[in-house]
Amino acid sequence: MTQIDPLAIRQGDRRALSRALTLVENNHPGSREIQAALFPHSGKAHLIGITGAPGTGKSTLVNQLAKAFRQQEDQKIAPKVAIIAVDPTSPFSGGALLGDRIRMHDLAGDKGIFIRSMASRGALGGLAHSTAAFVTVLDGAGFDLILIETVGAGQAEVDIARLAHTVVVVEAPGLGDDIQAIKAGILEIADILVVNKSDRPEAENTARALQAMLDMAHGGGSLSSAGKHMLRGNAGTKTIDNQPEHHWKPSIHLVTATNGDGINQLAADIKRHRIYLQETGLWQVKEENRLRRDLDALIKDMLLLQWQQKIDKAWFDAVLSDVIARKRTPIEAAEALI
Amino acid sequence: MTEKKIRVLIAKPGLDGHDRGAKVIARALRDAGMEVIYTGLRQTPEMIAEAALQEDVDVVGLSILSGAHTVLVPAVVKKLHENQLSDVKVFVGGIIPKEDIPELLEQGVYAVYGPGTDTQKVAEDIFQAFNPAEA
Repeated sequence: MTQIDPLAIRQGDRRALSRALTLVENNHPGSREIQAALFPHSGKAHLIGITGAPGTGKSTLVNQLAKAFRQQEDQKIAPKVAIIAVDPTSPFSGGALLGDRIRMHDLAGDKGIFIRSMASRGALGGLAHSTAAFVTVLDGAGFDLILIETVGAGQAEVDIARLAHTVVVVEAPGLGDDIQAIKAGILEIADILVVNKSDRPEAENTARALQAMLDMAHGGGSLSSAGKHMLRGNAGTKTIDNQPEHHWKPSIHLVTATNGDGINQLAADIKRHRIYLQETGLWQVKEENRLRRDLDALIKDMLLLQWQQKIDKAWFDAVLSDVIARKRTPIEAAEALI
Repeated sequence: MTEKKIRVLIAKPGLDGHDRGAKVIARALRDAGMEVIYTGLRQTPEMIAEAALQEDVDVVGLSILSGAHTVLVPAVVKKLHENQLSDVKVFVGGIIPKEDIPELLEQGVYAVYGPGTDTQKVAEDIFQAFNPAEA
C-alpha cells in the first residue's frame, strides 16, 4: 500500500500525489523517500497565504483567486494551482469538520487545480504541523502556485508568515473598531490586505481604519481598491524575522468574493508581490529563513524523541509528583530530567 | 510516530436541497474522532469521485433524499472505480425504500441507513469496516 512512485507524482498522477500527502500527514516512514525525491524539485512555487478571522470569506476568496490565476490572459500556459485548506481539529474528540471545499465547487473539473483539506491536528499557529511538508510535495510535484488557507485566525496565528512568500489578510466589515486595527499580530504580517464583502455599507469604514493603521506604520499612502500599491523607501520596517523589508507597502483591496468584484486586481497585485520579492532578493532570504527554521524545528522534535526514549519512566513520574506537590518548580524539574 | 485518522467525505449527490441529515452525520463522525470533509449540496458523481481522490478518503458517505439513489449511487461507485478508488467504502443514508437496499449492497455499497439511525451506530460501523493496520 505504501509504495508510491515519486516519478508518477512529477508526471501528474493525482492519485499518487494524494496518497503521498496522506503518508506525509501521518508521518508515515514511507513519506521520507517521497519527500527526498521531490525536495530537489521544490523551491519554485509561489506560496500564497490567505488568513483572517472565521467567516471573513477566505474560502470563497481562494475559490475566486484560483479561477483568476488559471484564466489570466497574459500567460501562455495557465499555471497549475494547488490549494491547501486548513480547518481546526477538535481538542476533545480529535476529529475535524473540513468544510472549505463547500465554497470551491467552481473549481471542480479543472485538472490544473488540486485541493486538499487538512485538519490542524493540535497545532496552534493556524496551520498543521505537516503543512510545510505538504507544500514541499506540491511544489516538487510541479504546482506553480500554492494557496494556503489557514484556520480562521484571530490575532496571534501568524505561522503563515513564516511559510508563505505572500500573505493576504482578509477582513470583513463590522468586525471591530479601529483599535483592533492597531493591535499587534495578524495585521502586521499582511503583504496585501483585503476587505471582503465590499458590497456591505461599512466596508469603506473598515478600509479607512486599515489605511490609517498602514499610514502609521509606513507613513502616507492612499486607499487603493484598484490594485495600486505604493513603493516607498522606509528601510527599518522589520518583517517577522527581522529581515529588512524595504519598499513594499501593503495595498488594501475592496473585493466581493461572492461575485468576483476586485479579484483580478487582487490576483495581479499578488503576482506583483512575487516579482518584487524576486527583484529585491527577498525571495531568497525568505527561503533561507524558512529552511533554517524547518531544520531547527526538526532538530527539536528529534531531540525530544531521543530524550523520551532514554528517560527512566519511574524517575520522570517521581519528579513530576514533586512538581505536583509544589516541591520543585517546573524549571528545576526539567533541568533535573535532562 | 505515525498517526492515522479515518477520513470521510460526506456528499450530497443530485438535486434535493435538504442537507440537515448530512450535517448531523458529519458532526457525529467528527465527534467520533474522524476527519470529515463536507462538500455541500448538488454534487455530481464526477465531483464526488474527484474530491474523494484529492482528499484520499477512506469512506464516502452519500446522503440522498430525492429517490434517485438507484441512479446516483451506481454512478458514484463507477466514478470511484475509474479513479482507482475501489477500496473506498461507500455508505448511503437518506430515504431509501427497503426493497432497494439489496440492489445497492450488490453494487458494492457497504451499508445503507434510513431515517432515525443512531449516529453512534454509523461511527461504529465505520470503525469496524476500517482497519488502521492496513494503511
